[in-house]
Amino acid sequence: MYSYLLPEFLVERRGDRCIKCRVCERQCPNGVHRYDVELDMMFSQERECVGCQRCAVFCPTGALCVQPHPASYRPNASWTREKMQDLKKQAETGGVILTGSGNDKPYRIYWDHLVLNASQVTNPSIDPLREPMELRTFLGRKPDNLQVEIKGDRVDITSELHPNVLVETPILFSAMSYGAISYQAFLSLAMAAKKYGTLFNTGEGGLPREMRKEFGANAVVQCASGRFGVDPEYLNCAAVIEIKIGQGAKPGIGGHLPGEKVSANIALTRMIPEGTDALSPAPQHDIYSIEDLSMLIYALKEATNYEKPVSVKIAAVHNVAAIASGMVRAGADIIAIDGLRGGTGAAPKIIRDNVGIPIELALAAVDQRLREEGIRHKCSIIAAGGIRCSADVVKAIALGADAVYIGSAALVAMGCTLCQKCYTGKCAWGICTQDPYLSRRLNPEIASERLYNLLKGWSNEIKEMLGGMGINAIESLRGNRDHLRGVGLEEWELNVLGVKGAGE
Amino acid sequence: MRMLVAGKRTSERYLPEKDMQACGLFGVMNVAGERFGGEMAISAMVNMKCRGNGLGGGFAVYGLYPEYKDYYALHIMFERSCPQAKEQVDEFLTAHFHVVYDEEIPTDMRANVVNPPLVWRYFVAPRHQEEEGLAADEFVVEKVMFINTQVEGAYVFSSGKNMGVFKGVGFPEEIAEFFMLDRLYKGYIWTAHSRFPTNTPGWWGGAHPFSILDWTVVHNGEISSYGTNRRYLEMFGYYCTLYTDTEVMAYAVDLLMRRQGLPIEVVAKIFAPPMWDLIAHMDEDRRRLYSTLRMVYAPLLINGPFTVIVAHHNEMFGLTDRIRLRPITAAAAGDYVFLSSEEGAIRAVAPPLDLVWTPPGGEPVVARLHSRDHLASLARAV
Amino acid sequence: MAVKCARRGLRDMFLGDVRPLAQIRSHLQLNGWEAEIDARGLVHKELNDLIREAALGGARKIVLYNVSGQRYIGTRLFLPQKVEIHVHSVPGNDLGAFLAGHRIIVHGNAQDGVGNTMDDGEIIVHGRAGDIVAMSMRGGKIFIRDSVGYRAAIHMKEYTGKVPVLVIGGTAQDFFGEYMAGGIVIMLGLNLKPGERHHAHYIGTGMHGGVIYLRGEVAPYQLGKEVGILEPNEEDQKVLEKYVGEFAAHFGLEAGEILKDRFIKLLPVSKRPYGRIYAY
Repeated sequence: MYSYLLPEFLVERRGDRCIKCRVCERQCPNGVHRYDVELDMMFSQERECVGCQRCAVFCPTGALCVQPHPASYRPNASWTREKMQDLKKQAETGGVILTGSGNDKPYRIYWDHLVLNASQVTNPSIDPLREPMELRTFLGRKPDNLQVEIKGDRVDITSELHPNVLVETPILFSAMSYGAISYQAFLSLAMAAKKYGTLFNTGEGGLPREMRKEFGANAVVQCASGRFGVDPEYLNCAAVIEIKIGQGAKPGIGGHLPGEKVSANIALTRMIPEGTDALSPAPQHDIYSIEDLSMLIYALKEATNYEKPVSVKIAAVHNVAAIASGMVRAGADIIAIDGLRGGTGAAPKIIRDNVGIPIELALAAVDQRLREEGIRHKCSIIAAGGIRCSADVVKAIALGADAVYIGSAALVAMGCTLCQKCYTGKCAWGICTQDPYLSRRLNPEIASERLYNLLKGWSNEIKEMLGGMGINAIESLRGNRDHLRGVGLEEWELNVLGVKGAGE
Repeated sequence: MRMLVAGKRTSERYLPEKDMQACGLFGVMNVAGERFGGEMAISAMVNMKCRGNGLGGGFAVYGLYPEYKDYYALHIMFERSCPQAKEQVDEFLTAHFHVVYDEEIPTDMRANVVNPPLVWRYFVAPRHQEEEGLAADEFVVEKVMFINTQVEGAYVFSSGKNMGVFKGVGFPEEIAEFFMLDRLYKGYIWTAHSRFPTNTPGWWGGAHPFSILDWTVVHNGEISSYGTNRRYLEMFGYYCTLYTDTEVMAYAVDLLMRRQGLPIEVVAKIFAPPMWDLIAHMDEDRRRLYSTLRMVYAPLLINGPFTVIVAHHNEMFGLTDRIRLRPITAAAAGDYVFLSSEEGAIRAVAPPLDLVWTPPGGEPVVARLHSRDHLASLARAV
Repeated sequence: MAVKCARRGLRDMFLGDVRPLAQIRSHLQLNGWEAEIDARGLVHKELNDLIREAALGGARKIVLYNVSGQRYIGTRLFLPQKVEIHVHSVPGNDLGAFLAGHRIIVHGNAQDGVGNTMDDGEIIVHGRAGDIVAMSMRGGKIFIRDSVGYRAAIHMKEYTGKVPVLVIGGTAQDFFGEYMAGGIVIMLGLNLKPGERHHAHYIGTGMHGGVIYLRGEVAPYQLGKEVGILEPNEEDQKVLEKYVGEFAAHFGLEAGEILKDRFIKLLPVSKRPYGRIYAY
C-alpha cells in the first residue's frame, strides 16, 4: 500500500560544507543518508528520518541540519498534523500505534509552577561549598519508636528493625530492563550507581549472572508480571526488591519485548527461549487485589529471609492516595509512584498520552494521605516520571518524596535525544537496541562517567538549593512544603499540592 | 417508589472517594436449620487473619432471635460523640413503630477495639404503615434510610427479622470478643468478614456485612463498574451513602431479587454473565436467555474482581466474578455448608468434610434450608 | 455522615502476632535427619521460621502436621542443602513459591499459587489445587492428583534445558496454559465422566512456547486462538511415558492404563502471537 504519510523531519545538507566523508551514512541506522558512487553525491531519504540528530552531531563539518518538517496540512487546532498522520498510519496498518519515551502532550508541568524558598535575614543560608551538606537517605520502613536499653554508658537498641537501604543521593536510576536497553547501557547505569553510592533498577528483564556479585548491592531488582529472570539468587543478591505493578507511561497494560530483540544473552537473562516474544501480562496474575499484593510482598520477604526492603511501584492514577495507603498496609517498605510523563521503551501511544495523572499531584496526595493515617514513616516514597533537573528533585522532596527515580534524564545523559523510536530497536545512540553494530557505540566506561557526572552535578545543585534554604540535611526538606509556593495555579491545584500561592 | 433519600450534591464531582478494599470471607450454614454458635466463623477468621488489616470485621447471624422472630430486629449504633442521637432515634421509632422490646447489646469492654459506639437493639413492628401506603418491608427500609441519612451519629447495622449484624473496627475476632458472639448467640447461618480497606474511615458502620432488611452481603474485591452500577441503581431510588462497592452489590441484590423477584441463579448471570464467545456455543434457548439478560441488565454487570457471600432468610449463596479473579471454596460436611476465601480456614474449623469444591466464575453456590441445592454447583466445579 | 479517624497508624496482620523462635521451638522435634513440626496455632512466618531452623539444624526430611492455611511453605529455603517437606492437611497460598530445589509432598489439597515462580524442585499434591498452579514456573516438576482451578500453568517458561513440568490428574478451570512461554503441561482428565469434556475455556490463550498434552475430550472452541492441535509423535510419546509414569508412581496408578488412551498435543501457532497488532 502506498503510504500517504508526510516525512516528519527535514534533512538539510549544506553542499558547501559537506566533504562526502559518509560518516552520516554509517551513523544512521534508518538508511536516511546514501552516497552515490557514480554521481559522487550524498542523497537523503528523509522519510526514514526519526530526528535523533546522530548524523548532525557526528558530521565533522557541521553540514547537516535536521529539523521538524515544515510541510503540513491546512492548520487545524482540532485535526492536528499528528492526529492526521496517526490516522493515515492506522489506515495503512490496522495497528495499535506504538511509541517510546514519555508523554509529550502539553499537560501542565507543575514543577514549573512551583518556586522554592531561600533564607533572607531571619535565618542564614548555609554555604554548601565549605560546610557539610548531607544528602544521604535511608529507604525502607521505620519503626514507630526505638526501644533502647541503657547499660552504663552503652545504649543498646532492642527494637526489631526493618531492613533499610542507604543511598548517598536521593536520585536513583529508574527501571530500564536489559532487553529494552542494550547491555552497554544497562551496565553503564549499574557502574554509575555503584560509583556514586546509589541504586539502579533492573526493570523486569533480569540481572545477568555475571553482574550479580559486583552490582547486586546497588540493584533494585524487579519482580514484574512476566517474572522474567526471577530466581532465588536474583532476589537474594539485590539491595531492594521491587514489585512492578504499573508504569507511568502505560498504566494498566503489560509489555511485549518483540522476539527479534530476544537474543541469546537476553534469553538467558530473562530465562526464556531465544527469539520468543517476552510478554509481560497486564496484571500480575497472583495479584488481583490488595490482599494479594500483601501475599506477594511477604512471599518475597520469605524468599529473602526478611533481609531486603520490598518496594512496590505503581503508575499514578486517580485513586493513588488510597491505593498507596493500601500498599503500605499490605507491607510495602517503599512505594514508587510513576507519573503521567514517565518514559517507556514501547507503549501504545493512545495509552501513553491519555492515561494516568501528573506525578506532582499524585505525590502530594499520597504524602498527605499517609500522614493523615499516621503511616508515612512506614514507607519511603520514590517519585518518578518526568524529573528533568535537580530543581524537580528538590520540589519532589519538598512535596513529600524520599527520593526520585530518573529514567529519561539518565538516558539523555548517555546520548538519547528522545526521538521516541525506542521500540524499533534501531537506536543510533546504542542505548535502546540489541544490534551489536549499534550498541557498540556506547562505551560503558564513558557512558557511566556521563551518568556519574549527572548525579554529581545534580547533587551539587541540590546542595546549593538546600543551603539557600538554610537546610544542611536533606531530611529537613522532606515533606517541607513551607519551602514551596505556587505560581499560576488554580485553587484546587494548590489544595491538592498543599502549598500556598506565591506571596501568601 | 420512594426508596432512599437523594443525596444533596450538586454535581458528581463532590461525591466522596469510593472505598476500595479486599478481604477474607467466610460463611457457614446448617441446611437442616439447626442453630449453632459462632466458634467456627470466628476461628475461621483468625485463620485468615492476614487477609484483613484490622480495620474492620463483622458477622451476620440468622436464626438469632427466635423469641422475637415476627418482629424486625434493628441493630443500631450510636456514636458516643453524639449524645442526642439515641434520643432522636427513640422518638422516631416510637412514632413509626411498636417497639416491643429494646436493650443495649451486651459488650465486653475489655476487647481490643477502638472507639466502640453504643449499640442498641430494638424489636419493632411497623405502625401506620397502611396510611403511608407501603408494604411492611418498604416501610422499614424507608425508616432505616431516614435514620442513616438524617440522624447524625446513628446508623442501622441491620433491620431484618430473626437476624442481626455485629460489626466494627478491629480484627474480626476482636469484634466477636467485643460482642461476646461465641458466648451469647446461636444461628443457622453465620457469615463473616475481615476487611482490608485502602483507607481508614475507622467508622464502625463502614465494616461488613452490609445489610438491608434481612439481606446481608460480605464482599471481597473492587468493582470496576462501580460508577455504572451506582448510577443505574440511582434511577431506581437507591442512593449510595457509604461509597463502598459492597453497597452497590447489596442494592443490586435487593432490586433484582426482592423487588423484581428473580432467583439467584438468574441474578448470578446478570452480575457475572458468560462471555459472548461462550454464549455463541450455547443452544438456542440459552443463547436467547443469556443474550437478553446481557441486553437488559448490562448496567448491572459487575465488572472487576469480586467474591460475595449473600445471605437472607433460609438461603446463603456465594458468587465470584465472571473470570474468577477472587477466590472461593465451598465445602460440605453433613448438614453444614461452608463458603470461604481459603480451604485452609474451613479445614481448620469444620468437622471432617464430605466434599470440597470450587465452582467456576459466575456460577453461584446456593445453600438453601432443607435442600441439597448447593450440590448443583458441583457439576462444573473442580 | 460522620466519619472519624479512629485508629491511626498501622496494625501488622502478618508480623504482628509472630513470636520469637524461643517461644515456639517446642513445636519442632528435631531428630538428626528428620524433623517434625506441629503447625497448630502457628502463624505463617512462625511455621517458616521453624522449617528454616530445622533445615539449618541438619534436617533433610521435615514433616508438618496440622497445617491449615499457612503460606509460603518451602519459600524461605534458599540454601545449598535440599530438603523433603511433608505437609499434612492444607498448606496455604503460595506453597513452594520461588522454590529453590526442594521436594514438597502434600497429603491433601493445596490452595492457590502452588509453585508460584518456582525455580527448581518437586511438588506432589495428593488432592486438588487452587488457582494459578505453576504460575511463571521455570524449573522442576509439579504433580497434582486431582483438578486445578483457574489459570493453571500461566506464563510457565523454559530456557536452555531448564524445562518445568506440570502434570494434572483431573481437569482445570478457564485460562489453562494462558501466556505459556515454555515447559511441558500434561492434563489427564482422569476424573471426567464418560463423554464429559474438560472444563476449561480459553485453553492456551496467548501461548507462545512450550507444549500442552491433553487426554480427554475438548471442543475446539475451548481452545485459545493462539494454539494448534497436533497428534503426538514418537518423541511426544517418550515425554508422556516419562512424566505420566512418574505421576502414576506418585499416586499408585497404572501408567499403561492412562497412556493407552488418545492424547492431543497443543502447540503455539507462533512464537510471536502479538507481533502484528502494532503500527510502527
